[in-house]
Amino acid sequence: MADERAFALKIITPDRVFYEGEAIMVELRTTEGEIGVLKNHIPLTCVIAPGLLRIRETDTEVKTAALISGFVEILQDSVTILAEVIEWPDEIDVKRAEEARVRAERRLAEKADTTNLKRAELALQRSVARIEAAKK
Amino acid sequence: MASMRDIKRRKVSIQSTQQITKAMKLVSTVKLQRAKTRAERSKAYFHCMYDTIQNIIARTGHVDHPYLVKGDSDRKAVIVITSNRGLAGGYNSNIVKLVAGSDLTNDVVDIYAVGKKGRDLLKRRGYNIKADRSEVINEPLFKDAMDITDEVLASYMQKEVGEVWLAYTGFKNTVSHIPTLIKLLPVDGKLPGDDDTEGLSAEEAGEEKPAGDSDKKEVMSLMNYEPEESEALELIIPKYVSSIVYGAFIEAVASENGARMQAMDSATSNAEDMIGALELQYNRARQGHITQELTEIIGGAEALSS
Repeated sequence: MADERAFALKIITPDRVFYEGEAIMVELRTTEGEIGVLKNHIPLTCVIAPGLLRIRETDTEVKTAALISGFVEILQDSVTILAEVIEWPDEIDVKRAEEARVRAERRLAEKADTTNLKRAELALQRSVARIEAAKK
Repeated sequence: MASMRDIKRRKVSIQSTQQITKAMKLVSTVKLQRAKTRAERSKAYFHCMYDTIQNIIARTGHVDHPYLVKGDSDRKAVIVITSNRGLAGGYNSNIVKLVAGSDLTNDVVDIYAVGKKGRDLLKRRGYNIKADRSEVINEPLFKDAMDITDEVLASYMQKEVGEVWLAYTGFKNTVSHIPTLIKLLPVDGKLPGDDDTEGLSAEEAGEEKPAGDSDKKEVMSLMNYEPEESEALELIIPKYVSSIVYGAFIEAVASENGARMQAMDSATSNAEDMIGALELQYNRARQGHITQELTEIIGGAEALSS
């Protein structure tokens, strides 16, 4: 059954084709904020920020993944995500992500002059994205 | 004429060498297959990356972004990808010759070495080895490419170096590997992929361009960027550079194994030839020996009977 709201979604990483199929909606986080993409979106290229990726394949079926970095190219009837780092929930090491989160939070809380705030913040975002994805 | 025993000893020693070269050939054949599959799998990514970058650059025109303008420094960084192990024919020395033969002279160049062989050879030629990441080439990961890129970009942004080059062996097919030297930064209007010398991107571009080129361009010209082009450029170019570096890693690994396979193949067949020649010599010596013995016996018998 071909859903007329569906568009082609392709997620590729340097090592493999991570996902290829049809979706009716993709939600992801860009450097400008979270966006949801439906079919017939205007052509758009965004840079990705660490966050949760949600692929709505049908009204009931939703897949999630932790999308850490890369960029996305949105065309009217297709979306291509060039991801450098992306993981399915079952590939995530929750314990490690949790540790990374604690580490990053501590570094942010200390606010010593030596800490690289931006880096710590990014690390926090990454770990939170992984934990969220793993919980789903 | 060498004695029978000497010839035999020589033959046995060549035979055992041949066994080694044969085994090495088999191993590199398997590794080559794996590297090839890997290169195939990553092609889609690089192709997309290449298109996007080209499009952004075409649209932004001449922006005064540091990534697009040559730095003030005369120094140049060169990432040199070679192998950690030898016995791969001219694989390593070709790359070194390429670097040394270009106008990247040893007084203005900082080498980021990936691969022990290239590192040692360049060091001997008086190049300054700034960083050594030889362990990477055994099993290159995208993370490694990102790390090296970060390091090089940082020194580029701090104006320590004015240009960044990459030397690696492009993998065209199993028997032809092309030592390639490309400029990574500053990115000029003409991307490295435009060159015929650049393996991966050029090849694919050639394959897929004719079909959807005009369509793609039209769609691309409507493309919006978020953040806007120049900012997107800032974020995407490091990704672009690391993807080229990663692509180069993968191609270099494939080429290394291809080169080793060829070298070992010819070594094996040379051994075969030598064994053939020795076999002949041995048989001749054996026959000579028998004839001599016969003559001696007959001579002895005649001396007795007369």
